Amino acid sequence: MNAEQPTIPRIWVFVEQQEHQVHPVSWELLGAAKRLSADLPGSVVEAVLLGHQVADLAPQAFQYGASRVYLIDHPVLEIYRNMPYAVAVSQLVTEYRPEIFLIGATTLGRDLAGSIATRVGTGLTADCTELSIDPANHILAATRPTFGGNLMATILCRRHRPQMATVRPRVLPMPEPVPDATGEVVHVPFDMREEDVPVKRLRLIRAEEQPNIEYADVIVAGGRGVGGPEGFALLQELADALGGMVAASRPVVDAGWMDASRQVGQTGKTVRPKLYIAAGISGAVQHRVGMSGADVILAINTDPNAPIFQIATLGIVGDLYEVIPALIREVKGQSYDGQAHL
Amino acid sequence: MNGDNPMHAVVAIKQVPDTSNVRIDPETGTLIREGVPAIVNPYDIHAVEAAVQLKERLGGGKVTVITMGPPKAAEALLECVEQGADRAILITDRKFGGADTLATSYVLARAIEVINAELPVDIIFFGKQAIDGDTAQVGPGVATRLNIPLITYAVAIEEFDLAARRAVVHRRVEQGIEVLETTLPVLLTVEKEIAPVRHAPLPRLIAAARYKPEVWTATAPVPFDPQQIGLKGSPTVVGKAYTPSPRSGGEVISVAALGLDAVVARAMAVIEQAHVRNLQPGTGVVS
Ligand SMILES: Cc1cc2nc3c(=O)[nH]c(=O)nc-3n(C[C@H](O)[C@H](O)[C@H](O)COP(=O)(O)OP(=O)(O)OC[C@H]3O[C@@H](n4cnc5c(N)ncnc54)[C@H](O)[C@@H]3O)c2cc1C
Repeated sequence: MNAEQPTIPRIWVFVEQQEHQVHPVSWELLGAAKRLSADLPGSVVEAVLLGHQVADLAPQAFQYGASRVYLIDHPVLEIYRNMPYAVAVSQLVTEYRPEIFLIGATTLGRDLAGSIATRVGTGLTADCTELSIDPANHILAATRPTFGGNLMATILCRRHRPQMATVRPRVLPMPEPVPDATGEVVHVPFDMREEDVPVKRLRLIRAEEQPNIEYADVIVAGGRGVGGPEGFALLQELADALGGMVAASRPVVDAGWMDASRQVGQTGKTVRPKLYIAAGISGAVQHRVGMSGADVILAINTDPNAPIFQIATLGIVGDLYEVIPALIREVKGQSYDGQAHL
Repeated sequence: MNGDNPMHAVVAIKQVPDTSNVRIDPETGTLIREGVPAIVNPYDIHAVEAAVQLKERLGGGKVTVITMGPPKAAEALLECVEQGADRAILITDRKFGGADTLATSYVLARAIEVINAELPVDIIFFGKQAIDGDTAQVGPGVATRLNIPLITYAVAIEEFDLAARRAVVHRRVEQGIEVLETTLPVLLTVEKEIAPVRHAPLPRLIAAARYKPEVWTATAPVPFDPQQIGLKGSPTVVGKAYTPSPRSGGEVISVAALGLDAVVARAMAVIEQAHVRNLQPGTGVVS
């Protein structure tokens, strides 16, 4: 960057779309970019959107806070492949020189971010849980857990630009969209022939629809204390009564009682429900990093010293096989008028 | 690169502290590192296994394992030789210290270039991520530097055609399994499913016990660019490190002390506090 000439600090967010669906982490990142922008004088929040025939997705980016969308629309970008995406985005970065560039730490985002950072020769901090602007020097302070969540490290990228970071879905809150927000679409030309792309997708073997616990409002999670797969039927009953989903700690998944897609924690999913009920979960740090963003945590554990109680809104020392059935009865028996708790 | 030669695979591995043994000193709030065993990064063991199994499937070839790390990382390389690797290179020098993912990918990519010049490389394996840093960035960085195709989260190699210079690889994505055709050479970062780990047969254990990994430094036999290694080559620095302050908890009540009814009443109050909307009695439907 030309040091003499002050340029507008651009905060960029990669809008991840596949099959015309935008991954909600993109909006969470736009929300974060807006907050960063408030602390970075003169900065603007902008979005990068790639794909084929995806221009109609741009207005959503405006609603979530982007003032401008850089759109690269090209047939080779129809499905995500590392090379054309990395080349296209890197060209854009080289041309517009953003100050900060945020990407979702999804399968796609993790594949892409490292390639872009290497191409443009800059620093990248993976899986951040907190982003802020250092008030002294206006650089990005990207905080991430290391050593299995036992230690938090704040990473700085002092001299190289853009300062890149990835953030997992649900680590940051979802902003409210502004319905009538508008902005500018910059159509960016891109030149690549299909013959020059070394990787082709032959087919996609679709998995059964995976339970998406990340965006559930209510989660009833069970740990090793549930004792076996049968006990999860009870948790499912409570989850159904509350309109929620069942999740699990890692030992439960390792034992095969529940599918890996339901694991919460460092090596599982990050969740932010309104209500998280933890039954028979001790509350190891690797589990807590995945659920401490819940609004309300209700923990049930026989051990009064279980670490989960340190973060629970309400802790119940007791046998889950006594407490959960009583809760189910109460929830099912409770008559709501549909208004009282809005 | 290759044509008539037998397959040549390079596997990049990392020795990591066994994070399941990392503990926090409750008094000082700092990490207790003493006595934490060093292990081969679990995903990398499967990467080595995948390379060895590919060699067997093709009826021959060579597997070269490399690592950048402290001298002690030689132990990790020997484990890979036990698994069936033919050559092991330890890239070690104080000058590499403090490397972030960009500097690490430079060193590994440069080393692979040199290895490739000696014997052309057809495929490169990385574990999908290292459990100490969990960044998953070094593999993609190396593929980008070498300007070869990258396939992350690989779970199977369906076809591998050396002569036709192509492979068909399955990778796990959110929607399911993506089946990709790629040109060779290719770089894969692998999930554990790519190859189950087998027990090493005795002759290999004996061979590994005698094996001495080659040692490369920052200057010999490959001169690495001093500007691109270690702290100098790393755009990112750790500003500060601290133990996370836990979210503060609320009250803890017990069934034994209050009785079940009182406890459930309190739990219901907390559930209501969560504003779980429009709860319909019996149906469990939330709109
Ligand atoms: C690198 C790494 C990554 C990890 N990633 C994850 C992750 O993503 N997610 C994760 O969850 N863990 C993860 N772990 C594992 C984590 O350290 C813990 O081992 C795990 O979370 C413990 O699960 P748990 O609470 O179900 O089991 P336990 O720790 O065994 O706890 C069981 C609890 O159930 C209670 N209990 C028993 N019976 C009853 C009963 N009848 N009623 C009520 N309570 C009862 C017990 O008092 C106990 O507190 C990871 C570990 C490592 C090293």
